[in-house]
Amino acid sequence: MIYVPETIKSALSALALNKVRTFLTMLGVIIGVFSVVALVAVVQGFQNYITDQFESLGSNLILVTPKMSQDHDPGRTFMGNRLSLKNVDTINLYVGDKISVVTPSIRIAKVAEYKSKAYSGTVVGGNYQSYSVYGLEKEFGSYYTKSDDLNKANVVFISSDVKKELFGDRNPVGEKIKIENTTFEVLGVAKPKSPTFDDRIFMPDTSLKAAFNVEVLSSIAVKAKDGQDLNELMREIKLALLKDMKSDDFSVVTQKDVLSSIDQILSVLSSALAAVAGISLLVGGIGIMNIMLVSVTERTREIGLRKALGATSKNIGAQFLIEAIVISLGGGIVGLSLGYLSTLAVSSLVRAAIPWWAIVLALGFSILVGVIFGTYPALSASKKDPIESLRFE
Amino acid sequence: MTPVLQAQNVSKIYDMGSTKIEALMNVDIEINKGEFVAIVGKSGSGKSTLMHILGLLDTPTEGEIILNGINTKGMTEKELAGVRNSEIGFVFQSFNLLQRTTVLDNVILPLKYSRVPSSEWEKKAKDVIEIVGLQNRLKNKSNELSGGQKQRVAIARAMVNDPSMILADEPTGNLDTKTGEEIINNFLKLNSQGKTIILVTHDDDLAKIAQRKIMLKDGCIVK
Repeated sequence: MIYVPETIKSALSALALNKVRTFLTMLGVIIGVFSVVALVAVVQGFQNYITDQFESLGSNLILVTPKMSQDHDPGRTFMGNRLSLKNVDTINLYVGDKISVVTPSIRIAKVAEYKSKAYSGTVVGGNYQSYSVYGLEKEFGSYYTKSDDLNKANVVFISSDVKKELFGDRNPVGEKIKIENTTFEVLGVAKPKSPTFDDRIFMPDTSLKAAFNVEVLSSIAVKAKDGQDLNELMREIKLALLKDMKSDDFSVVTQKDVLSSIDQILSVLSSALAAVAGISLLVGGIGIMNIMLVSVTERTREIGLRKALGATSKNIGAQFLIEAIVISLGGGIVGLSLGYLSTLAVSSLVRAAIPWWAIVLALGFSILVGVIFGTYPALSASKKDPIESLRFE
Repeated sequence: MTPVLQAQNVSKIYDMGSTKIEALMNVDIEINKGEFVAIVGKSGSGKSTLMHILGLLDTPTEGEIILNGINTKGMTEKELAGVRNSEIGFVFQSFNLLQRTTVLDNVILPLKYSRVPSSEWEKKAKDVIEIVGLQNRLKNKSNELSGGQKQRVAIARAMVNDPSMILADEPTGNLDTKTGEEIINNFLKLNSQGKTIILVTHDDDLAKIAQRKIMLKDGCIVK
């Protein structure tokens, strides 16, 4: 009779006798689990990033975007972009009664300066109603108004990171910042929202066009009134826009469509990750089997002794199998910890997170690798003849 | 009185394909409780084979081994392991201690395969370690001990389950004369306390200390 806790204790002390070898054997599993956990966390972070961006927009949002060029070349898509302010008017004209907000959206990367400080962010141009489309909340001051839109006023509403970098803890309302050669007055500051939103500087699209000479729109955001059938509304918007453009020029999508296409890309990426994980765990497992076979040979006399003292073949097999599992599970735990530390290291860049299923999967696979690759050495240990083993030199 | 160990008409034949090697032929042995018996023979006489069969590490081709009145013929591997654990204490020529493991843990090893609750292991081990006089070496690792000390640990390990008999295979073979005598004294002391001891050796002088000598030659008992 021998109990599992006692076998685990024996396995740990046997492995402790060869610390360096045990560590090197674990390394395959450590690297495998670490790379998978770290990559899953980054993919998850990326997913969070995208979701953050869309979640705040609400589920009744429809986006009109330039159609992706057939070869999916972003440069060509940009060159072929025919979205303009005229389209905003067209939408208002045909479906104005079914929508609560329609705003153009222009996004460009710019550097904002305040005294000696500079911040590289995204300037977003939209009308005064874009506040509700973006789901912003005020920390200080106010958003720009309809008259600011009409007057092409040089005013901005800045996000929390922009405020923090340029003004520190100070209330910046009324201060002037410079973007390229134009000076803008800060009207208000948004509450922190998500890393994607917190680098933004919002201004009227009219002001943006005037200051930076940008003609094309990045997208048009339409918010449907409550209770509207989104699919029907999308169809109507499409029909309306066909009066201005060809069907090849634009796409009408909901937030759900965008999310599902991103999810599709991420799922392909996840499959590739699973393949990498599989290969590294296979290599790690072969390493464990190799060392366990060496260990069985080295400890042949010990096996003979244990059998003479009353161990059954099952006891011996269990001992070696548990040693293999301890190695691979140990590697899994170390790999998981390293993966966790690496997500902490990049947490300022991406909101990376290790999902619970990744932890269960990593540890489950580690145990499985130990079982699969430890079985053969364990069987060969258990089958050893006690007399031959005791004579082994 | 029931003998501790009986070997009845035991033969062992190794089938090497075209040839058959008869290692033991019709061996009959009866050992009583408290006896000190030496099994003597030259190299190749079959004494190691006999020791393995008496120790239930091997099974005879013919004949039976009866331990404390229980016939071991037909027992499963698990049952034999259980009998070895509780009834037989082994002492080997090359000590066979677990490497870099403490004296205490080496002596505890047979208890791990027994039905003794783990809470009693340490006390039982310490008691037998005291009998062999190594109570000050409990935490020393096996590689930190001299040859004589290693063999005393092996004797303690053989004793820890309080077996019916101790089977010692050339226990002084790897030791100098003086240390060998100390080890033999340990066996004599255990025997005087009622323990049955079977000593397997090629050394006639060593066998003289036993109460009874069984001499093997070419697989048969000659004396």
